[in-house]
Amino acid sequence: MKLTLKIWRQKNAAAEGKIVEYPIDHIEPDMSFLEMLDILNDELIMKGDEPVAFDHDCREGICGMCSLYINGEAHGPDRGVTTCQLHMRMFKDGDTIFIEPFRAKAFPVIKDLVVDRSSFDRIQHAGGFISVNTSGNTIDANTIPVNKKDADDAFDAAACIGCGACVASCKNSSAMLFVAAKVSQYALLPQGKIEATDRVLNMVSQMDAEGFGNCTNTGACEVECPKGISLENIARMNREYMSASLKG
Amino acid sequence: MAKSALLKSSIAKKVAMALSGLFLMLFLAQHFFINMTSVFSADTFNSISHFMGNNPLVQFVIQPILIVGVVFHFIMGFVLDFKNRSARPISYAKNNGAANSSWASRNMIVSGSVVLAFIALHFYDFWFPEMVYKYVDVNPLNETRYFHELAEKFESPVRTALYSISFLLLSLHLWHGFNSSFQSVGFNNKYSRSLHKLGYAFAIVVPFGFIFIALFHHFNH
Repeated sequence: MKLTLKIWRQKNAAAEGKIVEYPIDHIEPDMSFLEMLDILNDELIMKGDEPVAFDHDCREGICGMCSLYINGEAHGPDRGVTTCQLHMRMFKDGDTIFIEPFRAKAFPVIKDLVVDRSSFDRIQHAGGFISVNTSGNTIDANTIPVNKKDADDAFDAAACIGCGACVASCKNSSAMLFVAAKVSQYALLPQGKIEATDRVLNMVSQMDAEGFGNCTNTGACEVECPKGISLENIARMNREYMSASLKG
Repeated sequence: MAKSALLKSSIAKKVAMALSGLFLMLFLAQHFFINMTSVFSADTFNSISHFMGNNPLVQFVIQPILIVGVVFHFIMGFVLDFKNRSARPISYAKNNGAANSSWASRNMIVSGSVVLAFIALHFYDFWFPEMVYKYVDVNPLNETRYFHELAEKFESPVRTALYSISFLLLSLHLWHGFNSSFQSVGFNNKYSRSLHKLGYAFAIVVPFGFIFIALFHHFNH
């Protein structure tokens, strides 16, 4: 395959960026998107140019590290996959592909396609945990009976890998799907109920402080989420939040 | 939790938008049913309009609440839209919004602005003259005037066209707004699929019903 890549290049966080065009040839349809970028970077290095910086880690679709806004969609045109599992067979010979970083005020660009998603970490620190004594006397979680539906829903919510595709896809740069998944995975389980009130209030407060936009229920986040996190979680968080506000 | 923190929170604003939207949809439904009577019976329309226009509960309790609801919904809509735009200072060079969301959901501010302009025209046409008739000129009660006032407004093809276009945009606003309101207040469960169908039906039947009423009076004056 012969392709034209239009890639966002930005030297550092303070520099102004721009789209730069790169022609690339001999791309196999079975290559992953990141392998295609690896080949581009090899070529750039051979020519003495600066390679394109992009995030990646496990390349198995489970770490949440890779990002990229490809041809106008987070993680590209495929569904239920991260960029590392997007394959070049999703494109045609001769295509022009736009590759941009995830855009949001709360995800500032560090370099080229790499963005700082530590705002997600700070939201997690604000309440995305349960306080358990781990000094050797921890009770086996399986000894606490959990309703099957709640267990399944909690597990589905916990599948969120925190990649930020929801923020990137949302026209408002809202982080509601991510925060809702993290709130839900605990709110549904008995271990999480004890701190439920503080958790949702603190996580939403941190989310707002980070400068994410407001959710307007377009549903783009759910469609683009590589882990299929449902909007049902956002409705649950809204209920949790209003109920916690009344208690608090 | 401090009340100020609650008022500033994104979720509280979202729930407030949803509740005001749900209230406005209730109002829209009753307005639709009353107006529809004008197609079938001038007398029925006159007597309901006379009741609504002179009942103290409707005039001095429900009407002010409605006006506050409308003003709140629009102001909050613009405030949230401004904040949401500022959450992405640099736009994408290529964005494929149609791949993951409906036009109606992405353009609520556009459809809402058209509906706001329509409300201004509607107030100019009906509400202000009605207030002047009753409370400034203090005219005597006339139970039979309402049907003629309605029908003569739609003699104008320009006004009829403006109303019809506005209702099309209202339909798009409701297409997303109805179901979005329920999602915002936390209603998402096994009944949601049926509710979505009801929402789409509401978004079609009510605005297109209003268009039918406008066209009916235009062609039957």
